[in-house]
Amino acid sequence: MNEITQEMRAAAKRLLEEGRVDCVIGYTKGTVPMREQPYFAYTPQEAENLVWTGFCVNNLANFLIGRSGRNAVIAQGCVSRNIAGLIKENQVNRDDVYIIGLHSPGMLDSGKIEAEFPDRVITEVEEDGEEIVVRGRDFEERLERKKYKRNNCYTCTHRNAVLYDEFLGEQGPQTGGGDIDKVAAPWERLDPEQRWAQFEAEFKDCIRCYACRNVCPLCYCDVCFVDENNPQWCGKGQEEPDIFTFHIIRAFHCAGRCTDCGACESACPVGIKMRYLTSKLEKDIRQLYDYQPGLDLETPTPLAVYSSNDPDVAK
Amino acid sequence: MADKRIDKADFHKLLEKLAAEHEVFAPVRDGASMVWSRVSPEQEIEFEFTNTDSSPKGYLFPQTERLMRFKNDSSDPQGMIMEEEPGISGKQLLLNIRPCDAKAFSILDHIFERDERTMDVYWKDKRDNTVLVGLACKDPCPTCFCTSVECGPHSEEGLDVLLVDLGDRLLVRPLTDTGKSLTADLDQAEPGDTEEAAKQKDAAEAAITQGITMENIRARNVLEEYEHPCFDRIFESCINCGTCTFYCPTCHCFDIQDETQEDLGKRIRVWDTCMSWLFTQHTSGHNPRGGKKDRVRQRFMHKFKYMPDKFGVIGCVGCGRCTSKCPVNIDVRSVVNSMDEQIGE
Repeated sequence: MNEITQEMRAAAKRLLEEGRVDCVIGYTKGTVPMREQPYFAYTPQEAENLVWTGFCVNNLANFLIGRSGRNAVIAQGCVSRNIAGLIKENQVNRDDVYIIGLHSPGMLDSGKIEAEFPDRVITEVEEDGEEIVVRGRDFEERLERKKYKRNNCYTCTHRNAVLYDEFLGEQGPQTGGGDIDKVAAPWERLDPEQRWAQFEAEFKDCIRCYACRNVCPLCYCDVCFVDENNPQWCGKGQEEPDIFTFHIIRAFHCAGRCTDCGACESACPVGIKMRYLTSKLEKDIRQLYDYQPGLDLETPTPLAVYSSNDPDVAK
Repeated sequence: MADKRIDKADFHKLLEKLAAEHEVFAPVRDGASMVWSRVSPEQEIEFEFTNTDSSPKGYLFPQTERLMRFKNDSSDPQGMIMEEEPGISGKQLLLNIRPCDAKAFSILDHIFERDERTMDVYWKDKRDNTVLVGLACKDPCPTCFCTSVECGPHSEEGLDVLLVDLGDRLLVRPLTDTGKSLTADLDQAEPGDTEEAAKQKDAAEAAITQGITMENIRARNVLEEYEHPCFDRIFESCINCGTCTFYCPTCHCFDIQDETQEDLGKRIRVWDTCMSWLFTQHTSGHNPRGGKKDRVRQRFMHKFKYMPDKFGVIGCVGCGRCTSKCPVNIDVRSVVNSMDEQIGE
C-alpha cells in the first residue's frame, strides 16, 4: 500500500472520530482492473477502505453537489479547483466541506494500457513506483508509468491542491510538463470545413449515455437542456445534428469553468476526446480574460460578469 | 442433431453460402476494440476475441428506430395520417455472436413477444428474419459471470448453430432446422472433435470464478427485497448515466418521440434509460423514482427480482459489460450478492 493511502486513511479516521465531518468522500479499490470506485466513508472502520492510486479518475467534487451534512473530500489540484468553482457558484458551502488536499501523480489512462494488450485478458494492474505491473492469466509485463498517463495530466497546470484544509504528503511538481496551449493548436490551424470534419469524426460514435455530463462537476443544472421537453431543444435519437448539438452546447456551458480534470474522457465508454472542444474554449478564456478557473474564491468567472473592459465588447 | 466440422481454411465456403441468403454481420476489429459490422464473403473472419464492446441488440432493437411517418399538414387530406414502416427487406445473420448475447434475445422475447395482443411487430419482424450462428467462449473476461445466471460460455439457447473454435478447425453444431439446412453440406465431426469441444466447455466454465447467488432474492417477497438495506449504499457512487443500460444486451426500455421537420414528420423510438430522472417523470411534475437510490434499485430489481418473478427468467446473461464499462465501477456481481445477503444481520 502506498504512503498516501496510509495517510489518507489516518486523516479520514481522525476526522470521523473527532466528529469534524459526517463523511469522507474518496475512493475504494475497484472490483475490476484499472477502475477505482468513488467511496463514502461514514465510520472510522470504513476509512480503512480508502485507497489512492492512478486509477482514481473521477472528479469527487461532483459528489458534493446537493449533498447534505459536512463532508471531507479528497482533492488533487483539479478537484480542488472544481470545489472552489462550486463554492463560487453557490453550489457548495465552504464551511460544509473539508478539503483533504494532495498532489496528483498524474492519473492513468486504462485505454492506453489496454491497447498494449490486444486480445489478452488483463486480470490485475498495479503501480510500482515509476512502473505499472500488468498481469493476465498467462503473462506479466511491466510498463513505464509516465507513458500511460491521461492526456490531460501531461498538460496539467496545478497538480497540487490549490484550496485545502489539510495537505497529505508533500507538495510535488506543479505542472505535468506539457504546454496546455498546444492542446488547442491543432484545431486552430484547420479551416472551418476541416475542423467540422474532424469534429464529426471524433464525436459521431457518441451513444448519448451522458456519462461525460454526469461525471462533470460543472454539469449540475436541475434540468439539462437535452432533457428539456417543453420546449424540446434537442432530438433524442442518434441523428448526428442532435449528438453534435449536445456536445457543442455542453462545451460552451463549461467555458471559463473547466479545470481540464479529464473525468469526461475517462468516463466515456466509446473513447471520445471531449478535450478537443474544451481545450480551445479554455485557451480563449486564458488569453482573452487572463483567467484560469478555480484558483481562488474571489475572482468572478469571466462569463458570469459584465465588464466594460471585456474583450468582446463592441467598440 | 449430429455435430459437423469445417476447416478454418474452408470457412469462406460456408460464409459464401450464408451470405448468398443473408446479410451477414460479425465482430470485426476496429483499433483496440471489436465492433459489429457487415462482412463480405471474401472477408477474413475473426475467431480470436473476447467479446464485442457493444452488444448486438441493435440489430433487432435499434437505438433509434422509425416506427411510422406522416405529413405534418392537417389541411392536406393525406396529412397527419401515420404511414407504417416497411419491415426488414431480407434475412440477416449474426455470425460469431457470443452465446450470452444470443440468450439475451431469448430473454427479450419475453418482453417483446409476450402474447399476441402485445406483440411488438418491429421486434418480431427482425427476430423472425435473423439467424444466429454463435461462437463459444474460450477465454471469458474477468467480468463474465454467465455460469451463475442460467447461461454459459457454450450456452446454446437461442442459437441456430454453435461454433466451437478447435484451432485449425471449427466444430459446427446445428441446433435448429435452419441451422441444419445451413450446415447440411459440411462433414460429420470426428468423435475427437466433440470431446475436445466438451473439454473446452469445462475449461471455459472453470475460468469464470466470480459469480452471483440469488437464493434469498428468490425466496423473499418483492417488498422485502425492495427494502433491503443494501440499497442505502449501492447508489452512492452512481452518477446516473446510461452506460450500463445502453451496453446491456437485455435492457430494452425505450421512449417514443415524434420529430417533425417542415412538413414531414416521423415517429421514432429510442433507447431510454431508467438511470435518468426523466424516465419516470410524470406530466403532473410527480416523479415516482425521483432519487438516485430509487433509480439504481430499479435497474437491479428489474433484472434480478421482477423478471424472475414475472417471467421465470433472470434479466441478465452475465456478459459483464455494465461492470467493465461503468465509469464508477458499480459491479453487478457485488450488487446482486449484496441483495442476496440476509437482512438484519
